Amino acid sequence: MKVRIQKKAFDFGNEANIFATNQANMGAIVTFSGIVRSLADIRLSYMDIEHYPAMTEKTITKIVNEAANRWSLGDILVIHRFGRLAPGDLIMMVATASKHRKEAFEAAEFLMDYLKSRAPFWKKEVTKHSRDWVVSKAADETALKRWR
Amino acid sequence: MIDLLYFASVRERIGKATETVETNAETVSDLVKELSEREPRYALAFSDLSSLRVAVDQELLDFDASLEGAREVAFFPPMTGG
Repeated sequence: MKVRIQKKAFDFGNEANIFATNQANMGAIVTFSGIVRSLADIRLSYMDIEHYPAMTEKTITKIVNEAANRWSLGDILVIHRFGRLAPGDLIMMVATASKHRKEAFEAAEFLMDYLKSRAPFWKKEVTKHSRDWVVSKAADETALKRWR
Repeated sequence: MIDLLYFASVRERIGKATETVETNAETVSDLVKELSEREPRYALAFSDLSSLRVAVDQELLDFDASLEGAREVAFFPPMTGG
């Protein structure tokens, strides 16, 4: 299980390869990566991601441990960036490994649902004319109900 | 003495990221009330608690949570990670 909170960019292909290489007993690997969208209606200059350093890794580790308890997984990787990101930049990734695909998919979805509304990150979208905090959606909270 | 941390829009409204306060507040709600009475910018930042989250010693809790033994309280809007 690995959790990395970092400012610098990461290489998705490389991370996925390293993750996959170490899963000799596993039959399935699922990866997900979130990317900074260039918004269609407002031209996004960049995104600033703020976080709560003392709480971030603690919280994500707790979410990862919860996933490890619920599903039989060979490994879990979570990388999440903070700081200034440009459109097209990778924000984060999760990878899960399990014997069969269903568990790997479910665990990845669980991790994403919780990372979205429980990990202490806040995104701000900056354009030439505006600086707006991204507002959480009611659907993000509703998504957690599936796992209770 | 409790360290207070503010993030994102809460930090911008209050105008600082951290401060240390002397308080006898027993719960987070009591602390919020104390702060809100200090200055309008605090009152504004805490005007709608349903759109705020609080963590006591890095753990996400409700506003009626006890502050007994608490060293660090953080206020912030709902998270937007992922």
